[in-house]
Amino acid sequence: MTQGIYKIEYNRSLTADVWEMRLLGDTGAITAPGQFINIRMDGLFLRRPVSICDWDENGLTILYKVVGQGTAALAGRKPGQELDALCGLGNGFDVSRCGSRTVVIGGGVGTPPMYGLAKALLKAGKAPIAILGFNKKEEIFYEDQFRALGIETAITTVDGSYGVKGFVTDALPEDYDYFCACGPLPMLKAVYSAAATSGLMSFEERMGCGFGACMGCSCKTKYGNKRICKDGPVLEKEEIIW
Amino acid sequence: MVDTRVTLSGITLDNPVIPASGAFGYGREFAEWYDLDCLGTFSFKGTTKDPRFGNPTPRIAETSGGMLNAVGLQNPGVEKVISEELPRMKEIFHKPVMANVSGFSIDEYTETCALLDREEQVGWLEVNISCPNVHGGGMAFGSSPEAAAAVTRAVKAVTTKPVYMKLSPNVTDIAAVARACEDAGADGVSLINTLLAMRISLKTKKPLLANGTGGLSGPAVFPVAIRMVYQVYEAVNIPIIGMGGVGSAEDVVEMMLAGATAVEVGAANLVNPFACRDIIDALPSVMQKYGINSLTEIIGGAHNG
Repeated sequence: MTQGIYKIEYNRSLTADVWEMRLLGDTGAITAPGQFINIRMDGLFLRRPVSICDWDENGLTILYKVVGQGTAALAGRKPGQELDALCGLGNGFDVSRCGSRTVVIGGGVGTPPMYGLAKALLKAGKAPIAILGFNKKEEIFYEDQFRALGIETAITTVDGSYGVKGFVTDALPEDYDYFCACGPLPMLKAVYSAAATSGLMSFEERMGCGFGACMGCSCKTKYGNKRICKDGPVLEKEEIIW
Repeated sequence: MVDTRVTLSGITLDNPVIPASGAFGYGREFAEWYDLDCLGTFSFKGTTKDPRFGNPTPRIAETSGGMLNAVGLQNPGVEKVISEELPRMKEIFHKPVMANVSGFSIDEYTETCALLDREEQVGWLEVNISCPNVHGGGMAFGSSPEAAAAVTRAVKAVTTKPVYMKLSPNVTDIAAVARACEDAGADGVSLINTLLAMRISLKTKKPLLANGTGGLSGPAVFPVAIRMVYQVYEAVNIPIIGMGGVGSAEDVVEMMLAGATAVEVGAANLVNPFACRDIIDALPSVMQKYGINSLTEIIGGAHNG
């Protein structure tokens, strides 16, 4: 974990309410895909946690959906401006646990960390398969980026306006040996029920600090009480209590 | 050279800055950010007799100038705190710690306090009779002078370490509660705990917190805390640990002028993990700026005579 100042390289909208921001600064604390940063915003008290989509030695990319005060303020920030962020928070996805044919499943704004995960899996010599679920065609983002990785990528839309009609579970392949998922709770539950293998799932919760101190985001698991921000956000399928 | 030392019931602190219970866990998370030995002491996570998971989530909400929490005293219970957390604390912090205790009956308070009182690492007991986020206990004991006195008397009867009663701001007359604690033998008082509050979501049209209500903390409550510390200082002769929205060295000085001997810092730690270290680093220059040579000399300085 580090605290640092990040300079906005760009901040652009991908859909009506999903934005992509590239931040330049220290990424040395990032140890796994699926970790997050916690951003301080002028005029707001609590920091805002946002998952890391991708990173390199010079900076990181976040994708966020404008849902409230914090994300609306984030969307208003301009290139060249600076943000104070805590970086490398949470456990992230353990790539070493993933099989050679891991299906990475992202639902809506749960998609971003799956991009960094897919890249990490490729780097580890594995062949990920991506399933990205959206409500409708207009809400789709990052399809091209996933395809550019050269991996099998399926898009599902609830209304059938693009790709496979239905939910991410309708696009599960015949043969896969592990899964990783991030998305809304109903999607995670559906994946949990449909998955034929073991897997990892990333959860969301309202956080106070983002680094394990305040116990604001606790949940019960079969392995004991966990803090989504510190012991998560990624939990094993086997430990989850719905 | 300015002197930042203060003495709290016979134990001298290098400085008056104390991370507040509930905002600092058992120190471990902050030891990843900085060396905790710079702290005066720290008040560890509120401990109860039995393990508690606490309230359902969401437990946290944003407010103007602060936050709401309704964690609900999540903690592993006193036995595990003694067997697991205290040894870990010993590795990362090499001064006496403040043991924060909560309970749901007078027997629970006395049992937990008696166990922690025996631990060498524990310098003071801070008895929370003001948690707004649990039902059937906590704040109920801090809501009347009689109940507060009863807990104080019972805890004092089974302990040897200095006992600080942590008071609720959610009362009509906090000075009366403080006076009752003093009369019952308290060595000091800590104030304020969070203010009972609520936010409602316009989207769901329901309270933002699963618990409905929560405790308000952060800069928004600072003037309320200053006022209450000032009032309690006029009412009692025992030391006061002041807290509520403290976020800077200036705030620490202001809290001491109101009457605090030491100052706890809560919500600020959650936003800036280095908050307490930064405050301690800034104290000497702030003291110089305002012509203060010794912090001990300014305690209650805002009062007449």
